[in-house]
Amino acid sequence: MRILVIEDDKETLDYLAKGLTESGHSVDRAADGKDGLFLALENDYDVLVVDRMLPALGGLSLIQTLRSSGKTTPALILSALGDVDDRVTGLQAGGDDYLVKPFAFSELAARLDALTRRREAGTPETSLKVGDLELDLLSRAVRRAGRMIRLQPREFSLLEYLMRHVDQVVTRTMLLEGVWNYHFDPQTNVIDVHVSRLRSKIDRGFDRPLLHTVRGAGYKLSVEAS
Amino acid sequence: MRIERLLRSSTFRLAVLYMALFGASVAVLLTFIYWSTAGYIALQTDDTIEAEVTGLAERYGISGLDGLIRSIDERLSRKPNGDAVYLLTDDQLTPLIGNLDRWPHVARDGDGWLNFNLEPADDGGEVIHRARARPFTLRGGYRLLVGRDMHALDATRTLIVRAIAWGLAITVMMALAGGIMLSRSTMRRLEAINETSRRIMGGDLSRRIPTRSTDDDFDQLAENLNGMLDTIEQLMEDVRRVTDNVAHDLRTPLTRLRNRLEELKSDAHVDKSVVDAAMADADGLLATFNALLRIASIESGRRRAAFESVSLDDVMRDVVELYEPLVEQKAQSLELSISENVHVRGDRDLLFQAFANLLDNAIKYTPRGGQIRVSLEDGTAGPRIRIIDTGPGIPEQSRSQVFKRFFRLEESRHTPGNGLGLSLVEAVARLHRANIELDGNPGLDVSLDFPKAA
Repeated sequence: MRILVIEDDKETLDYLAKGLTESGHSVDRAADGKDGLFLALENDYDVLVVDRMLPALGGLSLIQTLRSSGKTTPALILSALGDVDDRVTGLQAGGDDYLVKPFAFSELAARLDALTRRREAGTPETSLKVGDLELDLLSRAVRRAGRMIRLQPREFSLLEYLMRHVDQVVTRTMLLEGVWNYHFDPQTNVIDVHVSRLRSKIDRGFDRPLLHTVRGAGYKLSVEAS
Repeated sequence: MRIERLLRSSTFRLAVLYMALFGASVAVLLTFIYWSTAGYIALQTDDTIEAEVTGLAERYGISGLDGLIRSIDERLSRKPNGDAVYLLTDDQLTPLIGNLDRWPHVARDGDGWLNFNLEPADDGGEVIHRARARPFTLRGGYRLLVGRDMHALDATRTLIVRAIAWGLAITVMMALAGGIMLSRSTMRRLEAINETSRRIMGGDLSRRIPTRSTDDDFDQLAENLNGMLDTIEQLMEDVRRVTDNVAHDLRTPLTRLRNRLEELKSDAHVDKSVVDAAMADADGLLATFNALLRIASIESGRRRAAFESVSLDDVMRDVVELYEPLVEQKAQSLELSISENVHVRGDRDLLFQAFANLLDNAIKYTPRGGQIRVSLEDGTAGPRIRIIDTGPGIPEQSRSQVFKRFFRLEESRHTPGNGLGLSLVEAVARLHRANIELDGNPGLDVSLDFPKAA
């Protein structure tokens, strides 16, 4: 993936560039808004990482300018102190995701992955398929190896989200935002309980587990073992 | 209610006390005036009668009985309806002349006067008139009685008493009216101070007491209180900034630590379970700092600007739906009673967070097989949420403490948590101007009362 990181704090910039390069991406850097905008307009990146507070041109204005000139490159906004209203204005300005600093690198990597995949999806599907697991979005039926699996509505949404992000690490916060549509901080392992319930329904009785736990990061739905 | 408050006000009580003292002194003064006036009039009458007795006795001495009778007759005919009372009798008390039918049979008083009542017939009226007369024995056994019908004097006395009563009543009324006016103006200014204090206690620290710029004692009080509030606000701001800075500044190195641990995991030579445990510790610390910063950000009240209409019933159902698996895991029973279409102005995510924290606590502290009841009703005073559990509850003396940051009950120290959950709930409640109350024994009964939507 080709990623542009626009961030004025040198330490964070180096750290991000190093991490992303090690994960196999090619990374361009910009230290202020003007340079960032110039690079983003000139090149075709897969995803942008934009700090909200930037010298010369703010992160939100940068994204707005980019969008008004027809560039649809997905952008993840980084913000220093997480306010929900900041989040809302960030997404309204054309950002595609929002992450509050400081963040775990695995969270950023998972979200960037999700952003680029989202873009590839393109046309709306009517069914999703991972290995022998099938999910029909119209009839809301789930089958594994031809066997019908009964799911509660929320379990269905959870599975749908995981299947749309197949082979990607999905963090607990991403699940809360994507499935429950709330931005909050659960104090207990409540998400884990939901996931383990779903797992018992789709994996029990089958040789090959599909739903994997990624320690220290989140979950992954994949045919291959992690 | 206003009247009651007025009556309870210290200014009014002071005014009433002042009124009582003032009324008493006026009463004493008027009584003194009464006594001296009435006494003076009585003295005058007595002197006149004495002079008349002396005059008539002299007349007897000069012109004998006939002269005396003529003289009395003359005086009586001069003023037939006058107040004067005359009676001349022989030694057998047989009347010779005068306007009394017979000699009054009453004992003399200490000064030698006779006080008796006149026959109503004498006057034709129905009122019994008092009379006061001086008896005098002449040479030859004749007895002379000179006196006065006292009714004029009595009327004057009544008049004075009535005037005094009116004067006293008017004094009391005016004092009362003055007291009320005084208390009301004082109360109004005190109310301004009270109102401001209540708002400040409600979380709006930027409030100040209005002044009238007259530089009177109330203005000075207001200015001093405002100065004190400035200092308090400044101090709180300082404390908050220090806490925020500590949390903020420690968060970055902690994140870096966590990320290095993550890198370490890809190293084949390290024990992964140790790294995972270290990462979990770092996550716990980060969660605590994030919660602290979150509370600080909620308390700043900035989020109020982004308030929108939130369906409380939807949010509550979502919370319950999210936590239901935990309830099932502990074999607890969850009873729901949620009214439809209950809306408040607020922040959806924060409200979710607050209910989630409360329900999470209820599940955590209620033993296996226990009962949890969640209700939402739209009362006349506003929406009310209750979460009742059958856990150990919170001892009465700790109830005000549990909202403090990092406070944990001794009994719950072994359960996971950072002591910030309820602080966050309180901050969210305060942001939404909702009132939070803890009750229940045994168990815990948390109620959140939202203000009625305007």
